[in-house]
Amino acid sequence: MEILVQQLFNGLTIGSVYALVALGLTLVYGILHIPNFAHGALYMMGGYITLMMMVQYGLHYWLAILVSVIVVGLIGVLMERLVFYPLRHAPPIHDKIAAIGILLFLEAFAQYVWGADYQTMPTPYGQVIQLFGLTFTMQRLLIIIAAIAVMVLLYLFLKKTYTGASIIAMSQDRDGANLVGINTNRVAMLTFLISGGLAAIASSLAAPINLVFPGMGQLVILKAFVIIILGGMGSIPGAIIGGYILGFSESLGATYISNDYKDIIAFILLVIILSVKPTGLFAKGGH
Amino acid sequence: MFLETKNLSKKFGGLTAVNNVDFTVEKGKINAIIGPNGAGKSTFFNLISGFHPPSSGSIILKGQDVTNMPPNKIAELGIARTFQTTNLFEQSTVLDNVTVGHRLRTKSNLLDAVLRSKRLKREEEQCREKALEVIRFTGLEKVAGKLVGSLTQEEKKRTAFALALATEPEIVFLDEPAAGVNPDETEGLAQLMIKMVDSGITVCLIEHKMQMIMKLADKIMVLNYGEKIAEGTADEIRNDPAVIKAYLGGSASA
Amino acid sequence: MKFINKRNIIMALVLLAIAFPFVTQNDYFIHVMTLSFIWMIGVYGLNLLAGYTGYLSLAHAGFFAVGAYSLGLLTVKAQMNFWLAFVLALIITSILGFLVGLIALRTKEHFFAIYTLCVGYILYLVIDKWDSLTEGVRGLIGIPAPANIGPISFETPLSQYYLVLAILLVVILIVYRIVHSLTGRTYIAIRNSEDLAQTIGISTMKNKLEAFVLSTFFAGLSGALYASFIRFIGPDIGNIVITFDLLTYLLIGGIGTLSGPIVGTVLVVWISQQLQFLQDYRMLIFGPILTLLVIFYPRGIAGSIAGWNAKRAEKKLAKAQLDERFSQSTLAAENQVKEG
Repeated sequence: MEILVQQLFNGLTIGSVYALVALGLTLVYGILHIPNFAHGALYMMGGYITLMMMVQYGLHYWLAILVSVIVVGLIGVLMERLVFYPLRHAPPIHDKIAAIGILLFLEAFAQYVWGADYQTMPTPYGQVIQLFGLTFTMQRLLIIIAAIAVMVLLYLFLKKTYTGASIIAMSQDRDGANLVGINTNRVAMLTFLISGGLAAIASSLAAPINLVFPGMGQLVILKAFVIIILGGMGSIPGAIIGGYILGFSESLGATYISNDYKDIIAFILLVIILSVKPTGLFAKGGH
Repeated sequence: MFLETKNLSKKFGGLTAVNNVDFTVEKGKINAIIGPNGAGKSTFFNLISGFHPPSSGSIILKGQDVTNMPPNKIAELGIARTFQTTNLFEQSTVLDNVTVGHRLRTKSNLLDAVLRSKRLKREEEQCREKALEVIRFTGLEKVAGKLVGSLTQEEKKRTAFALALATEPEIVFLDEPAAGVNPDETEGLAQLMIKMVDSGITVCLIEHKMQMIMKLADKIMVLNYGEKIAEGTADEIRNDPAVIKAYLGGSASA
Repeated sequence: MKFINKRNIIMALVLLAIAFPFVTQNDYFIHVMTLSFIWMIGVYGLNLLAGYTGYLSLAHAGFFAVGAYSLGLLTVKAQMNFWLAFVLALIITSILGFLVGLIALRTKEHFFAIYTLCVGYILYLVIDKWDSLTEGVRGLIGIPAPANIGPISFETPLSQYYLVLAILLVVILIVYRIVHSLTGRTYIAIRNSEDLAQTIGISTMKNKLEAFVLSTFFAGLSGALYASFIRFIGPDIGNIVITFDLLTYLLIGGIGTLSGPIVGTVLVVWISQQLQFLQDYRMLIFGPILTLLVIFYPRGIAGSIAGWNAKRAEKKLAKAQLDERFSQSTLAAENQVKEG
């Protein structure tokens, strides 16, 4: 029983990270209908920048994350302006290839600047606490709390502010949004900014319990894609719920089925769903 | 019975786009479907050509139920269509477009291709001949080698006709064939349609250009809000109060 | 200037390829060139599916690995006769390709890319983790070089070079014939507009599946040759990085063209060789090149050249106006190759 609760808690932790990453991905897909294959690189850069800020410049954890969020957010904006915007009328295959090019570049860049080694990120929250007779690390608790805080903030932003509403409008109907005077270019840039920021936060939160290495974004991003396909491409609740479902599945699967193959769970889920419903779980018609 | 629909309906969520339509396509004639915007005409075409499965009802071609067949099977059975927004292979030449249009009547497969079998050579020649034939028929000789993307709207419409003809159809469904085309060119396309019927092909078209329809069509069906409100010859339709009401909305002039 | 026509260029290239080992006399260069040929075969597979049919499969490396590991395991663990194992490896890869394609091809565009991305990853993960079968991270060693065919042995770099070259030439011939046939036209139609292709009676599922299996066949062929050439393999040959490498070669050379795979692979492999010091970081250069290419020159080198030729041909056509020239114009249009 103890193990079960422990694993559920683990699932909550993992799920929080997945949910944040998937959110960034789904926001971008919602307004541009592009699956950003370079999102994993943003995740990776987020981790490295936080690490660099902490280790080289001695910044405090949260400050480092703030810097990382800004920098990665800006990288996202650059991606939108320099790559995705010029390709907006090209066949969809071009977006994907261009994103792959960026991904390859950023991974090589990270390796060049910071080396290929697996590095650890020191955390100021390494203590272990006891709650209800179970042991939790502060860091894991923090991941969950921070992730939820971010999601709440995001929700408030989207629902309660004008800018947020314009993102939602654009995701529902880009041309319509344009017609009512929404500056779709600005919204696109803003969405990429947020998307990058979310990836940076997720990565920085998760890094202390995982390691930092150039390929760290690869697996996460694949799972994020699975999540948004399962939860509905462009759906925000879908990304969050999907993220947690996957988190729980992996955590429980790793314990009760096999630790080696736990990563496959996501993909098997995807294979099953797409085999039965090739248009994804929540196809919105059109397309 | 050549081609008929019985109780054909299509619902998209809560919206009923086509509602219980019975329609018969008269063989060897020019059939037309008209109606105000949003009446469900294109949806009706999509149902017949297999692009959407109907919600209920049936489509029968020469006695065979083709209701839920995929578009490519329907094409094999002799139904060809064009699209409202001209749908062609833009990056290819006119010649390449119509050549592949005949593909469905050939049997060559991968093995034939790799071994360059006699059958492949024979069928490639066949496709080429057919392509030249439909190009001549539609008067596209001068632009045969041009990329479709660089054609004028009228030339594109003709190419769409040619592509449909290359599939050796018995019926051709034309979705607004004269859209975006000036009166002279419209007349030219109308002549082309008469030519098609004269050569034994049945034509069914959707159009908004009333003068063209009234002169051209042997039989007209009028749709409004997805329902058939009238069916008959041009004269009958012209004087039908329900039709007048649908187009003018409100009481007809006395 | 009839001297510089397609036929002669091809013959010149083939002669060049045959003469290459004697010109360089350098075992290392021969090794690199042979490797290029092996990659080229994989790229032709990618090209057939992505370039001509319009479906980008990100699982390509996975099938490459399946071909390599099939050959490796059958020869090393099952002690099977080499050529028998070789043929079996191809069959295994193709059957797997068929099964995957059956499901994958029901999805479109984004979903297809993501789906194949995941399939590729699953294949990689399975090879990596199932170490009782595949030796996992330890890798599979001791894979034999190709066995003798009659009196000809393939133990030396030189003989292996010519074997791979011969197979490559057959592959190119096959792809050439497919592309210039009704089958090729069908694939291109699907790429240009799947809906329209269906409307004109093409069974898109059947054709897509065919193209998919072909692409996995070539991936498996490439993998099996790789295994036999390098003599040891590890799970990393199934990594997505390989797919991206092949994609880079294809895009630079010209996606959807016949000569693209050749141009791209040779160019990139040899430039990477020159930039040896950058080896691990070659994506610092090629990554941006890939992105810039797809924005500004999506047709790649060969594709852009074909495009210019097509424009020139069209200008010639525009001058022909009379009915009599109709037969001329259709002939010229026929000569416009299926390049894109």
